[in-house]
Amino acid sequence: MTTALVAKTGIVADTLTVFSRELRPVLRNPFSVIFTMVQPLFFLALFAPLLPGDSSLQWFVPGIVVMSCLFGTSMTGSNLLYEMQTGSHERMLVSPLRRPALIMGRALKEIVPMLAQTVLLVLVTMPFGFTLNVGGAAIGLVILAIFCVGLGALSYTLALASKDQEWMFWGVQQTLLFPLLLLAGMMLPIDNGPQWLQTMAKFNPLTYVVDAERLLFNGTIASGTVLAGLAAAVVVAALGLFVGTRAMRKA
Amino acid sequence: MTEAMIETSGLTRHFTVRTETVEAVKGLDLRVDTGELVALLGPNGAGKSTTLRMLTTLLAPTSGTARVAGFDVRTQQREVRGHIGYIGQGNGAGHSQRGRDELVSQGRAYGMTASAARARADELVESLDLSAVADRVVSKLSGGQRRRLDIAMGLIHAPALLFLDEPSTGLDPQNRANLQEHIQRLRADHGTTIVLTTHYLDEADSLAERVIVIDHGSIIADNTPARLKAEHAGDRITLTFDNATQAARVIGHHALGIAEGAQVSQSGAQVVLEVPGGAQIAPKLLRALDDALLEVASVEVTRPTLDDVFLTLTGRSLREDVSLKEKKA
Ligand SMILES: Nc1ncnc2c1ncn2[C@@H]1O[C@H](COP(=O)(O)OP(=O)(O)O)[C@@H](O)[C@H]1O
Ligand SMILES: [Mg+2]
Repeated sequence: MTTALVAKTGIVADTLTVFSRELRPVLRNPFSVIFTMVQPLFFLALFAPLLPGDSSLQWFVPGIVVMSCLFGTSMTGSNLLYEMQTGSHERMLVSPLRRPALIMGRALKEIVPMLAQTVLLVLVTMPFGFTLNVGGAAIGLVILAIFCVGLGALSYTLALASKDQEWMFWGVQQTLLFPLLLLAGMMLPIDNGPQWLQTMAKFNPLTYVVDAERLLFNGTIASGTVLAGLAAAVVVAALGLFVGTRAMRKA
Repeated sequence: MTEAMIETSGLTRHFTVRTETVEAVKGLDLRVDTGELVALLGPNGAGKSTTLRMLTTLLAPTSGTARVAGFDVRTQQREVRGHIGYIGQGNGAGHSQRGRDELVSQGRAYGMTASAARARADELVESLDLSAVADRVVSKLSGGQRRRLDIAMGLIHAPALLFLDEPSTGLDPQNRANLQEHIQRLRADHGTTIVLTTHYLDEADSLAERVIVIDHGSIIADNTPARLKAEHAGDRITLTFDNATQAARVIGHHALGIAEGAQVSQSGAQVVLEVPGGAQIAPKLLRALDDALLEVASVEVTRPTLDDVFLTLTGRSLREDVSLKEKKA
């Protein structure tokens, strides 16, 4: 009946413990994945017919894939917020789980709903003529996965910073979500927009991710835009995990 | 073999709320030996949770030191965490999870193999009477079931030192009794060192061998419940007479000399004597009063409670604090 189990766990095992714990309710309740897709699907149905040309779906669907990921992942901190209120977060803080694992395990889980949502969106749009390049899309999903981890970590950081002020979490999340989305040209092209709009878009990492996804889903792989998308995703992931780990250490 | 499981020196924690500084815990010097069962008793806001949160590495002390299970809470956090169990005021199991799943992942968090964690989870589910509900989502469980699951979570790695923050708050009397039984069994079967906080007087009294009374962030008494009562509050002999005039005649009467050193007070037809060994004194006292032709209508001897101890020490009743808190909740 002695403990001294501390030495046996490593950061990978810790991350896996947190990851699989986070994933369980998602697997048990797959409909939760569809829930955050309602809005993107609605936008798809509404906007796609408005866009000019035959290839509008080819342009629009990759953007909706990113949007779907953005909606779900940016909200994920609310789960942590709730666990901070009920006490299970505190319980995990007292356990020997390493702080980086507490944030990484949670953030990595975001990849799973993102993949499921992408598959669903593609399946839904294919009957309407959407085609995709499998190799390109696979690379696109890797970039999106990296982006998701970063965005998830940022959402958890926001939850940790909000503590018991739930309004703050939702306030910041909602305030940032739509400008980011619109400035990335996700729903409407901004190439013909005013100069200030285009300048702001340049500072939005999401712009690069969306541009890269559009090329990749349509089969263009060797491109500076793809590289820029990857770089933007890596920057978001590095930043998210860095601030997330710091916030978790202070929690 | 007694060695210190917990040793603190000048342990202090301040909070800054806006511009004001709240001294939640002030210079706590505490030693808990291996195998002790200790209750921290104090009113709401006394600093009990803050103390526990520092000892479990959840909060950094403002100043002072603490060694828990042989490790420093500041510099050896992971070692401390690996050697203690903690059952907080909230629910350890996530509300969207299933109980058994949470037990297994808790075991994994403490470095158990998947199969060892599953076996241990089954064992705890059995012993805490959770078999019927362990595979349900936690949010669907009753308060008592959830609390038992919390206890199981804290015990998954069989820690030698267990902290419980207000374990029985919000439970009905039956579940409270049940929980106290579990805590005592843990102590008896495994020699677990247990530190719990409570604002229930009877719980501290019946459960703990050592009660540490905390008020305004400081320890104001530390002893066995029996010694605390003997030292800080005497037995109470209540004599009732036919009327207030008769009662008044008793005050200052030499017949009361039998109860030497007693604190005597009158209210209406009643005379109250507070004195150690009241049960032995009462028969003699009645005889003396009878001899003096002072007729006693009825007599009652009551043992002091921890509330009397708290009242003597602070001038306030803990019971009032508690009922206030429960009304607010
Ligand atoms: N995070 C915090 N921020 C500010 N003040 C706090 C915080 N935690 C506790 N306090 C204050 O410290 C004091 C002790 O609180 P606590 O340890 O929770 O008491 P108890 O557990 O005995 O009821 C109270 O005055 C409380 O308001
Ligand atoms: Mg408390």
